[in-house]
Amino acid sequence: MSLISERFALAQEENRALLIGYLTAGFPTMQRCKSAIAAMIDGGVDLIEVGFPYSDPVMDGPVIQRASELAIENGVGAREVFEVVASSSVPTLVMSYWNPIERYGVTDFTRDLKAAGGCGVITPDLTVEESQEWISASQSLGLDRVYVVAPSTTDSRLANVTARCSGFVYAASLMGVTGARSALSGAAESLVKRVRAVTNTPVCVGLGVSNGQQASEIAKYADGVIVGSAFIKLLAETQDEIEANKSLKSLAEELSRAVRR
Amino acid sequence: MTTELIGHFGKFGGRFVPEALITALDELAKAHREAQQDPSFQLELMELHRTYTGRPSIITEAKRFSEHAGGARIFLKREDLNHTGSHKINNVLGQALLTKRMGKRRIIAETGAGQHGVASATAAALLGLECVVYMGEEDTKRQALNVARMKLLGAEVIPVTTGSRTLKDAINEAMRDWVTNVESTHYLLGTVAGPDPFPTMVRDFHRIIGDESRMQMMELTGRLPDAVLACVGGGSNAIGIFYAFLEDKEVRLIGLEAGGDGLDSGRHAATLVGGSPGVLHGTRTYVLQDENGQTRESHSISAGLDYPGVGPEHAYLYETGRAEYRAVTDKEAMTAFALLSKTEGIIPAIETAHALAGAIEIGKEMGPRANLLINLSGRGDKDVQTAAKYFGIPLE
Repeated sequence: MSLISERFALAQEENRALLIGYLTAGFPTMQRCKSAIAAMIDGGVDLIEVGFPYSDPVMDGPVIQRASELAIENGVGAREVFEVVASSSVPTLVMSYWNPIERYGVTDFTRDLKAAGGCGVITPDLTVEESQEWISASQSLGLDRVYVVAPSTTDSRLANVTARCSGFVYAASLMGVTGARSALSGAAESLVKRVRAVTNTPVCVGLGVSNGQQASEIAKYADGVIVGSAFIKLLAETQDEIEANKSLKSLAEELSRAVRR
Repeated sequence: MTTELIGHFGKFGGRFVPEALITALDELAKAHREAQQDPSFQLELMELHRTYTGRPSIITEAKRFSEHAGGARIFLKREDLNHTGSHKINNVLGQALLTKRMGKRRIIAETGAGQHGVASATAAALLGLECVVYMGEEDTKRQALNVARMKLLGAEVIPVTTGSRTLKDAINEAMRDWVTNVESTHYLLGTVAGPDPFPTMVRDFHRIIGDESRMQMMELTGRLPDAVLACVGGGSNAIGIFYAFLEDKEVRLIGLEAGGDGLDSGRHAATLVGGSPGVLHGTRTYVLQDENGQTRESHSISAGLDYPGVGPEHAYLYETGRAEYRAVTDKEAMTAFALLSKTEGIIPAIETAHALAGAIEIGKEMGPRANLLINLSGRGDKDVQTAAKYFGIPLE
């Protein structure tokens, strides 16, 4: 059982969903990114997702786009991503578009991520059809492999994709890109139901989740709640490091309370 | 089998997209396959091409230009005479008809120079579809006339202010729109790049260029051409004219990429000659990228070639050696631009001028006995301002 699977099992015993927090590696700076992650963990985030900044993030809305641009300008690459992963004190995954991984070398990437203490990778634009090399490389090192499924994904394809997932399945709450939404659609709950019909792997919901009310709604039917843009927005808005980390921590606390059923 | 490799050209092509788009791509691939087999669809498209596009396009022999190209006979396939002024209309009408066939009412498109945007807006007007065009903010300023054109045709133009604010980012933004509105919307991609089925489908809509040319060359010269030349950005006009000759191994296929300030300068858009294999915009192909896999900015005087990727079928033809690719600098292209204007009375698009520069070089290499077929993919009206500035012709 992977570290991530253990966390889900534990959360189930505690009758709560896991809180998963996302930050773009090296945003706004390497040092502040690491201290922000520590603050999020302090506030109750259970798992961390470190985003590998990419020049063409088609799944991301403006907040993560701008964070990625800035991180790239700061010279963030694979080495920095691993450094941020290594700094995290909870189980941590990398979220990366495929090209940076392929460019680094698939086998090298899994090896170096493992060495940095990483637990898995979320690949938002890698289809299962193109995953042969990825599946064998990740499997041999015991890294969890998380694919993103969407409300438009057909049942037969859900079965096909989730069969290749480990750790958890990332269910996109809506048709669209990342970024806070004021209201969530009903699409998430029915997607989670359809995922559960084809797999026993835990299901987490992300995209558009930004506050405790939304998190508590999702925690009723999903195993995990993923929040990204809301954390990054706070970090982007607050220049002072201590102030920023304080508000990150308090958002994490609010969300962490909300995921308890 | 759902796990078999679909839409590949050797190791290139495929689908690297959010799962949210898979259903739409499957639906599109199916609609395209069925339409290809459906005589009524083909008839409707051919009728549009005959009565609206102005097909078949003619071939003009460039006799005075030939004197500057080693005396080789130069034949120009006149896609510049199509309605809207370039080959782009072939693909746009095909995809717009498919959009209706799929019961969708809205199309979105990306555009660099504005040619594909104008063609998309035109097809939308003709077929009564809603049309939104994404265009990098930089490009909307440089190509204000084309922005006005699209608006006159009833399209909405959205300036893209993210990333490098050029074609690459317009594609990103169009994909984000598509992920969000996929149920009502078709993404009318303008080149042979992107996830499967786009590279195959867009090629199928442009292959008419090569199919016509092959017959026309047989009629005109009694034989196949010795070489077929075309400019390559994404590569749609090139694959369109190459495709009919792929099996004719004796015919050289030569793609001319945008060399910008020269390959050594690093400021170019020659993706095959100066890039490396990677993944961009949903497909595995050659990409201009740095050591972290970040897409590098491309540079070319020609907005239509200014793209850091290339169609995956070109990557395949490049690696297998079936087609050759060379880079042409801005300067060489502009020299050819002026030369064709002055020797033949045809002002080509600056994109197309790259193919003409290639013809000068290849003509000299192959000599007077060679017949060269060039895809004259677009006309240069849109480039008059850029050219005037380049050659120091005052506009006031």
